[in-house]
Amino acid sequence: MPTTLKDEAAIVGIGQTEFSKNSGRSELQLACEATAAAIKDAGLTPDDIDGMTTFTMDTSDEIEVARAVGIKDLTFFSRTPHGGGAAIGVMHQAVMAVATGSANYVVVYRSLNGRSGARYSEGVSGGPTTSDLIHWSWYMPSGLMTPASWVAMFTQRYMFETGCTSLDLAEICMAQREHAVNNPNAFFYQRPMTLEDHQTARKIVDPLRLYDCCQETDGGTACIVTTPERARDLDCGGAALIRSVAQGAGAEQESMTSFYRPTISSLPEMDLVAKQNWEISGLTPDDIDCAVIYDAFSSIVLWQLESFGFCKPGEAKDFIKDGALRLGGRLPSNTHGGQLSEAYIHGMNGVNEGVRLIRGTSSNQPAKNGHVLVTAGVGIPTSAMILGQLD
Amino acid sequence: MGLQGKEREAFEKTLEPYVGIEIGIKEIGRDEINQAMIRHWCEALDNELPIYTDAEAAADSMHGEIVAPPTMLQAWILPGMEMATGEPDPNDKQKELHRLFDDVGYTGVVATNTEQEYNRYLKLGDRVKAVTVIETISEQKATGLGIGYFINTKTTFTDQNDEVVGSMTFRVLKFEPSQQPAAAPTDDSGAPAKPTRIRPALAHDNQWWWEGVQADKFLIQRCEDCGVLRHPPRPMCGECQSIRWDSVEATGQGEVYSYVVIHYPEVPGYEYPLAVAVVDLEEPGLRFVTNVVDCDPEDVHIGMKVEAEVREMDPDFKMVVFKPIA
Repeated sequence: MPTTLKDEAAIVGIGQTEFSKNSGRSELQLACEATAAAIKDAGLTPDDIDGMTTFTMDTSDEIEVARAVGIKDLTFFSRTPHGGGAAIGVMHQAVMAVATGSANYVVVYRSLNGRSGARYSEGVSGGPTTSDLIHWSWYMPSGLMTPASWVAMFTQRYMFETGCTSLDLAEICMAQREHAVNNPNAFFYQRPMTLEDHQTARKIVDPLRLYDCCQETDGGTACIVTTPERARDLDCGGAALIRSVAQGAGAEQESMTSFYRPTISSLPEMDLVAKQNWEISGLTPDDIDCAVIYDAFSSIVLWQLESFGFCKPGEAKDFIKDGALRLGGRLPSNTHGGQLSEAYIHGMNGVNEGVRLIRGTSSNQPAKNGHVLVTAGVGIPTSAMILGQLD
Repeated sequence: MGLQGKEREAFEKTLEPYVGIEIGIKEIGRDEINQAMIRHWCEALDNELPIYTDAEAAADSMHGEIVAPPTMLQAWILPGMEMATGEPDPNDKQKELHRLFDDVGYTGVVATNTEQEYNRYLKLGDRVKAVTVIETISEQKATGLGIGYFINTKTTFTDQNDEVVGSMTFRVLKFEPSQQPAAAPTDDSGAPAKPTRIRPALAHDNQWWWEGVQADKFLIQRCEDCGVLRHPPRPMCGECQSIRWDSVEATGQGEVYSYVVIHYPEVPGYEYPLAVAVVDLEEPGLRFVTNVVDCDPEDVHIGMKVEAEVREMDPDFKMVVFKPIA
């Protein structure tokens, strides 16, 4: 029996800064604050940490964070590429590190001044001449250079093939806003949204309107990964067992612009991630009680529901229409409000919410919390994990 | 980047006493409502409604006499040239508040919006006075102009009998000016150069293709060993791993497979709304992403038949674009 990543690790601590539109401090400081908070929540000290991992897009070097926080010797450090697709890729790195003994306690962190600093909505252009810049050069001259424009291209075709409309997207946005209204950390705390608000908001890239797009946020989050054995010995805020974790990039993969596949109305890379998660964990969609589904844009939630088999391809709009994503529904999802309504920390605020769901401490805690699915970015090489209860 | 942390808390504390207070200066009309000022206003604004200036027509109207245009409300109490040249009134709490902002770097000021409500028409001989209250000061906001605070005031206008004749809310942004962008590039004559589209970065694997476009050719890369066509170009054939390739000209016939209409953000050099499509080319299995031109962006649809044209989109820069087949 080959080694797998089933039940090889647990998340034992989570930390975050406040989420704002202007943090007033460096991304490095945000990373340090989130990391220190996660270490404390885990019942550890900086001396215990010997591994660190984050996104290639993060501007705070591991050793800079380590020095500032007082973390000493590191035996593992790594980075994961492809924007929000890395959100669970970094967890995959941490799990592999503790499962193999490369490190005992790994900090996973991510911080960004996404609103007051470099804004992703401003699009791509320029930079060093890498294969990545040559890739973007096929799209910049025509003006197709923001995440909203790339995702809208897939959304338009998906709508054409499935009959999904903007009203279906509104249900996702409204369900998540309903959750954010109860979450004091959310930008949209106590600020409900009506169907009319969604439908009359300005067009960003047709067919996506303003509230179909996530926010831009300043903030940082971090979590601590270790082995289940060590987790049982810790006096921490509650451990979430990682039942499975996997990454995936599909055939004909481009970063956000895989327009040349036979069909562009599904996510081969997320299908691959889903298949591995089911195989590793031995679980099925029926075992999942609630979820944190990556939501840089509303429409991408639909495609992931199909990738993970909660419904058949093209039928996600029917799956969600009676409130399946809301509390009391089949799959309460993005109970923190998601990136649409809580904050956009590149999916990592979703990891912390996944841990809160397992602990039973979400602002919108569903009755059942045996297993929680947490996914990463869409349209890029991506990743996902399933969290469960530690005995 | 605005005040933060303890400094910001301390500053915001100094603002609190100003919320809800009257600004403390006398706002009394220097003249009664009079025909001369009404006439000047109407001439300046091309307002030819006879009830403002024609006594006879006004007598026949529902008013029975000359009335002042309601939008003149604030004009009756403005202090005239003194606003520009006079010493600031030491009792003016609004100015005092603005100085607090100036002192910590929020030196910019811009009026963002105002609303007026009118309770009755003003008539010749009426005398207007006003009281202004600082209603609210917002939390710190990040705006396009810079980080700042919105200050809302409400002015209530009364007549000689102390009856309310109207009110006005006024909002200004006191902000820390963002760093000014560098001067715009200019052309040979010194006039600002028109912004252009973002050009592709050119390197070994794509330069030949763009050079083809500048020579009016829409090229498709072809594997020299197995003959497979591929786009976008790449250095190796995914079918046979050959690194030998040449190119053929595309037929230019296609059909819209998916599309978007971009409204925001508006990047200089492009015109919005901007239609971009993924086009299924006549060559099997190939697609191409570009603008759809020569039609209303709202008319682009999946299945639309289109054909390619090499077009000069900016001076010295050609692109392959698609247009509807007539």
